[in-house]
Amino acid sequence: MAEIEIKNVTKCYETKKGLYKALDTVNISIEKNEFICVIGPSGCGKTTLLNMIAGLLPPTTGEIKVQNELVTGPGKGKGVVFQQYALYPWLTVMDNVAFGLRLKHVPKEERERIAQKYIDIVGLSKFTKSYPKELSGGMKQRVALARAYAANSEILLMDEPFGALDAQTRAQLQENLLQTWQTEKKTCFFITHDVDEAVLLATKVIIMSAGPGRINEMVPIDLPYPRNQATKLLPRYNEIKNELWNKVYREYLEHSK
Amino acid sequence: MFTRFKLQHKRLYDLICLCVSIFTAFVLWILISSLPDIGNVIVGPKVVFSALLKNIPNGYLWKQTSASLFRVIFGFLLGFAAAVPVAFLLGWYEGFRTIVEPWIQFLRTIPPIALIPLVIALLGIGTGAKVAIIFFAVFLTMVITIYQGVRNVDYTLIKAARVFDANDIQLFYHVVVPATIPYIFTAIRLGLATALTTLVAAELTGAASGLGMMIQQAGMYFRMDVVLMGILVIGIIGFILDKIVLFLEYKLTSWQEVKSNG
Repeated sequence: MAEIEIKNVTKCYETKKGLYKALDTVNISIEKNEFICVIGPSGCGKTTLLNMIAGLLPPTTGEIKVQNELVTGPGKGKGVVFQQYALYPWLTVMDNVAFGLRLKHVPKEERERIAQKYIDIVGLSKFTKSYPKELSGGMKQRVALARAYAANSEILLMDEPFGALDAQTRAQLQENLLQTWQTEKKTCFFITHDVDEAVLLATKVIIMSAGPGRINEMVPIDLPYPRNQATKLLPRYNEIKNELWNKVYREYLEHSK
Repeated sequence: MFTRFKLQHKRLYDLICLCVSIFTAFVLWILISSLPDIGNVIVGPKVVFSALLKNIPNGYLWKQTSASLFRVIFGFLLGFAAAVPVAFLLGWYEGFRTIVEPWIQFLRTIPPIALIPLVIALLGIGTGAKVAIIFFAVFLTMVITIYQGVRNVDYTLIKAARVFDANDIQLFYHVVVPATIPYIFTAIRLGLATALTTLVAAELTGAASGLGMMIQQAGMYFRMDVVLMGILVIGIIGFILDKIVLFLEYKLTSWQEVKSNG
């Protein structure tokens, strides 16, 4: 049984010019412990799709099931990492990471123990008591990651989480994410613009096209595990990357015509 | 090391600037008061200070100041207490907003002074009337500001809480309230200033005590030293109240990202 099941989902928005179709008949089935990366030109409805899986938006037609349960609203064990960090500026790093646990009434001592564990994992041990305004963009995104991990969600939905980071921080966080995903057996749905990132992280890459958003192709990535930055040196890595690049590039060209 | 060195210099620099600013104001005051004709109205600092020296020891100034302060604080607190719940309801419930917001916009354009005849007819000329007028002005100023804050809560922060299964009460308590606190402080500063300006206006139209009454009465006898003394005291009270609120704001919302110009 699939962990995430998306069946005949379309999404339309009402605009001044009339009905705008953002997503057209999307079908995806994601198994447990898969790492799905989604690539596509902007406006292809990637974020809309993620928001619908998260339960923040209802599909216009079709249905989405997570762990065999129909998605009707947010919550229920899905961790989301947003593009814009979405940290609470009035909470310290510790309290931000423990936020989800606090809402679930986990006792203070236990939630701080769990939060500390994930703060250490993302490498922010020295900043436990800092406020978001004292952190750089990369550090803020680490806090957001730790917060999603700490809620112990089996499913992680991530919307270009590393898009705004410098190359080095991005590489660090990618390895970090790979490790956490492998050791904690999570299922990931990860949106990115970066083909390199998709090849390194994904078990399968979904290529989408725009206007209206559609799934074009699902490409399995058969690189061995454990993966890390050294994986990029394998000849097979470059093969896959080039193959993917051609497909994605075609898509961008089509779109810009 | 370097920053501390710089910080100390910055404080010294600020202090010097403050002294220069006060000194310049006094020089200007003296210059203006020494002009012929104008000097009879805008009397010099020496005359005003001798009025202060006379009216502080005999308790007259304190009596007027405390009467005014009591009205300001009482009216402000009532206005504040009413503004917070109404603002949150406005920001949170569309139905409430649709019904109440037009009325707030309508009342907002009415100068509080215009209500004085009504209030006097209803409540007499005692403290109640002044407090009611201040309440009216403070409430409207604060409700708009806080309501703006509730509406400005970053939507991604709400989404982030939603994905953690937050219910409405948790969303309100853990996200909306803390995110609105900076706006509440702005509202407090605006509300206090409104309370002071409205109070003096209210007292000008008839009161047995208070700084506004003192200024009004002194004006009738052409005692410009007392008028200026009253203006000075009101300004100082406003300044001190504002500084207290700023200090509290700094203590309670230091998490805020402040755009600095270096």
